[in-house]
Amino acid sequence: MMDFINYYFVPGLTLGSIYALGAVGISMIFGILRFAHFAHGDLMTVGAYAALTAVWTLGIPALAAIPIGIVFTCAVALFTDRFFYKPLRDLPTIYTVIASFGVALILRSLIQLVWGTESQVYETGFQKPIILFDVLRIATRHIQIIAATFVIAILLHLFLTYTRTGKSMRAVADDPALASISGLDPEKTVRWTWIIGASLAAIAGIFVGLDTDVHTNLGWNMLLPMFAAALLGGIGRPLGAIAGGLIIGMAEEICTYPIFGNKLIPFFEEELLEFFGEELISPSYKSAVAFVMMVGLLLFRPQGLFKGRVL
Amino acid sequence: MTSPILKVTALTAGYGSSSIIHNIDLVVEEKGVVVIVGPNGAGKSTLLKSIFGLTNYFSGDITYQNSSLLGISTSSLVPMGISAVPQNNNVFPSLTVAENLDVGTYASAPKNYEQTLSLVLELFPDLNDKLSQLAGELSGGQRQMVAIGRALMSDPRLLLLDEPTAGLSPAYLEKIFDLILQIRDSGISILLVEQNAKQALRIADMGYVLVNGKNGFTDTGTNLLNNDEVRRAFLGGGAPK
Repeated sequence: MMDFINYYFVPGLTLGSIYALGAVGISMIFGILRFAHFAHGDLMTVGAYAALTAVWTLGIPALAAIPIGIVFTCAVALFTDRFFYKPLRDLPTIYTVIASFGVALILRSLIQLVWGTESQVYETGFQKPIILFDVLRIATRHIQIIAATFVIAILLHLFLTYTRTGKSMRAVADDPALASISGLDPEKTVRWTWIIGASLAAIAGIFVGLDTDVHTNLGWNMLLPMFAAALLGGIGRPLGAIAGGLIIGMAEEICTYPIFGNKLIPFFEEELLEFFGEELISPSYKSAVAFVMMVGLLLFRPQGLFKGRVL
Repeated sequence: MTSPILKVTALTAGYGSSSIIHNIDLVVEEKGVVVIVGPNGAGKSTLLKSIFGLTNYFSGDITYQNSSLLGISTSSLVPMGISAVPQNNNVFPSLTVAENLDVGTYASAPKNYEQTLSLVLELFPDLNDKLSQLAGELSGGQRQMVAIGRALMSDPRLLLLDEPTAGLSPAYLEKIFDLILQIRDSGISILLVEQNAKQALRIADMGYVLVNGKNGFTDTGTNLLNNDEVRRAFLGGGAPK
């Protein structure tokens, strides 16, 4: 059981936290700007590399470089919105979706030009895990990532529920035409959507770098599970996206647990072990979990768990 | 009656490149109730949308307090003192009733928030115990009240209402017309588009009958109700009640 917590549950929660932070932006952009932002993963990569530069040049730890990553990623997001997405705002959304593919390619190529294609790390060396009650082994970075996501989820909830900007964003997500008639400035809401989405993307990118390494496909590789998380939580429901991210991350990790080799099943264990092998699903199929969940959702519950907008 | 708060002069407007309303003239006096009636497709809602900057203009002008509204963005009209309540989708369903009312104050904060809120809740006492309920869970009549309440929260000088009684039960219908008079009495000018023409003209200072996107008949509400031709063609015939 402790193996399950140490090697599957906690890493699942960590991966889920990263998906959650990315999925919030995807969900909010879809809710307010009405398009699937395929460059969101690459915004994560931008954040991770901006922080890497700060770590290299200022000699600060990666966590302290988060504000620099946020500022740089927000600037990139606002710039791309102004020059690539805003001119297409009045056209059918498919134009903006395709433009976001283009922006994704541009961002990744620029990152490769500036920082190179080699994988990098924020810190080298072995980090000793924290051992609790003699049996619970948790890496410090996992605690940091999970705790930060928890705090961000609470802050996001407070922001959306109690601030004027947050309520305006929910109003625009509900009905942009009525929001305009009610006097809400749509461009201001759009700016805030990018600022929040890009900030969380930058944090997610830096967390990926902390957990594994920083590479140019870091965000792009996570796009599918993040979209699945946004769908699971319900499009336009940022807190739903956080729950969706956690569920997808946990599902990806836990499905590889060697359930049949652990004496957990009282009957027919030998037969099941022979039939399935040790793992329920081979780890090489891990990334298919998000895809299967996304297809299942689109077929059976397109509004997601928290009744978001139907695609 | 004093000077006009809103004046539409020879307005031709529509969607894309096709015009729906042609050469329309309309005047809303300060603290007056003006009603636009007419058959389906006469261009009533298009006229209201034109005032709110949601159509394409081809010619003519719309002036509010003597300055032109042409080219002014929809979201800038609330701070100028113009509020509108669309016919459909007029509440934010995932926001609570209190939040819906609150949104009304963002573009133009009332001088005294608490006082305006209590005035709105006085007009719509049914909303008092629904403030924390999601607007999407309310009935059609209650949604209409939230929508009018939201529009009033910005302390407007001119209120545009697009068929506020559409789909409501007769009980709510009377209530809404009573409310419109109460709102007028509080000093707000009202421009009302209505399908329930007879009841609407009864509360109107001035009435405009639109026919095929043009001015058909223009007169006081009472005169239009007593006009045989208007009655026969647009009010279902019969003597005025």
